[in-house]
Amino acid sequence: MNGSDVTREGSEGGRPGRAAAPEMLRGGPGADGRGRRKGGKRGRGEQLMAPPAEFESYYGRPVVKAPAWRARDIAGYFFLGGLAGAGSVLAAGAHATGRTTTATAMKVSSVVAVSLSTAALVNDLGRPGRFANMLRVVKPTSPMSVGSWLLAAYGPAAGAAAASAVTGRLPRAGAVATGTAALLGPAVATYTAVLAADTAVPAWHGAHRELPYLFAASATAAASGMALVVAPVRETAPARCAAVLAAAADEAVTKAVERRLGMVAETWHQGRAGTLLRTARTLTAAGAAVGAVFAGRSRTLAAASGLALLAGSACTRFGVFAAGIASAEDPKYTVVPQRAAKEARRTTPTHSAERTQPT
Amino acid sequence: MTDHLLGDHLLSGIEPGPARDAGHSGAPPRTGFFTDTSVCIGCKACEVACKEWNALPEDGLSLSGMSYDNTQGLGASTWRHVAFIEQEVPARGGPGAPARGGPLTAEGRTQLPLAETSDGTGGGLDEGTGGGTGGDLRWLMASDVCKHCTHAACLDVCPTGSLFRTEFGTVVVQEDICNGCGYCVPACPYGVIEQRPSDGRAFKCTMCYDRLGAGQEPACAKACPTESIQYGPLDELRERAALRVDQLHAAGVTDARLYGHEPDDGVGGDGAFFLLLDEPEVYGLPPDPVVTTRDLPAMWKHAGTAALTLAGGIALAFAGPALRQLGAATVRRGRR
Repeated sequence: MNGSDVTREGSEGGRPGRAAAPEMLRGGPGADGRGRRKGGKRGRGEQLMAPPAEFESYYGRPVVKAPAWRARDIAGYFFLGGLAGAGSVLAAGAHATGRTTTATAMKVSSVVAVSLSTAALVNDLGRPGRFANMLRVVKPTSPMSVGSWLLAAYGPAAGAAAASAVTGRLPRAGAVATGTAALLGPAVATYTAVLAADTAVPAWHGAHRELPYLFAASATAAASGMALVVAPVRETAPARCAAVLAAAADEAVTKAVERRLGMVAETWHQGRAGTLLRTARTLTAAGAAVGAVFAGRSRTLAAASGLALLAGSACTRFGVFAAGIASAEDPKYTVVPQRAAKEARRTTPTHSAERTQPT
Repeated sequence: MTDHLLGDHLLSGIEPGPARDAGHSGAPPRTGFFTDTSVCIGCKACEVACKEWNALPEDGLSLSGMSYDNTQGLGASTWRHVAFIEQEVPARGGPGAPARGGPLTAEGRTQLPLAETSDGTGGGLDEGTGGGTGGDLRWLMASDVCKHCTHAACLDVCPTGSLFRTEFGTVVVQEDICNGCGYCVPACPYGVIEQRPSDGRAFKCTMCYDRLGAGQEPACAKACPTESIQYGPLDELRERAALRVDQLHAAGVTDARLYGHEPDDGVGGDGAFFLLLDEPEVYGLPPDPVVTTRDLPAMWKHAGTAALTLAGGIALAFAGPALRQLGAATVRRGRR
């Protein structure tokens, strides 16, 4: 405590004029950092010139509760859902342009991804046996309800498209299923952003405008990465092109998120989330660049760039997930922006009143 | 279209009759809690009564080191939580400060000051507890509970319909429907609802729905010995709370303020609101909570645009190489 040692007799090593006991009492449990937390020293009633990181909380406890979701299941689901959804669009494109090997591989990839993601979702339920309750109601106010219905429609379509492509049977029905999956795929890939943003988690809700675009870019990167891994070299041109578009969009949207979030953007830079998101950007950019230059010539480099893109997309989703958890667990990210919003509302009418006054 | 479909006024803003809007015809007046923390004595009778009536399981017997608060916060098995805050109050003692002993009330009782002021009679210096800051300590106690928001994010985001609006305007989880998806947990702007780890499902205060139906008041309000927790029709409670704040301000307790009472706040007003003696965040409450679904129409629009962008981007990725091939073929043909 400020380098001084508080004993029953008073403080030792403290500066003169500083009383020991009240400080000990005031600090209470806070004296060792667990207590009532202040971001800065504040004399009650004093006007401070620099308010930014100053905040108070109840013993440093979080204001909102972080979801109890397991990162493997839910961030994994965000990744797999994106891979499946954007993959179906790529598959339809390949199907339409006669790139049959790519089309079949991407259809299989999508059905595997969507099956795994559904398994992850059910596994994360507190009562997995009651997963069918998800289809008990249709609720546009619940992104999870919308998503359940989307998956219920998309999953069978993706499955039928893959089954027809692999077996070669019912090609016309297969084409219809391919088209249906391609129509629903983009929604499967982007609704998960709404799922995350429609919460009180500061790092997610604060980015609710940008998150769908980030997830769309990340999904495209994953799907084009998968296409680079599975497709023959002569069929990779669209995937390479999509990867470059996705990497550019990923970079631009991440910047936009950071501008939007203000002080909450810290959670996207620091700790586990920061590491994951930095890795994601490096992998995505490198994957897209290597893919664009070499994937048309070398099978090995195409596969390597594809794997980098897949890993980059996964890192983005796990990074965003970790940032959300970090922002919910520290009361600072709830209190400081809300205080600022409250202050802004309170001062705005005053300003306009001043403006209207004759000078 | 989404605006029309979802109804903007049902997602945020003033909504006078949430029970009626939820489909309860002939609903009784909306009821709620007014928790006046200025008379809370920290006895935790509300916590105990709640646990007993609702048969809530034990959820930890550890010592937290947070003053007298070992409950620590609301959760799946804690539906009332008494917060204890020890504060140093700087010396005020100016004109208007309540004198020690306090004024007599209309009923002839002695009203004790809410915030003890250090006017030199505290004897702190003699005992070595006063010190150079000249401050004194005050103890804030407050019983927290689910706010039963007018715009309840937990209810809005629940994918199973397990969470519903009762005829009293309160928000209740149906345990036989909840499948433990846990979406309501991060949706709540107050961090109230939680999944019980041993059970998987989400639980929170029901405002004693079973008691309300039988014309009883909730167990916590019944047990509160100081009427810090008051239950009744929300309109009536709001009037009573406004009078109480005026009374406290007149008595010199200028810190007194209401929290969650305004029908036009970020959650459309709370069904359980509070009288606080400091900033909300000091009690662990969010200073300016907003129901997340206020922004849901915008989110769906952005998700739709993003989905179209995704499809367009991939279409472009197929068109690009095709156009290049076409261009190359044209050039070759031209050369020939």
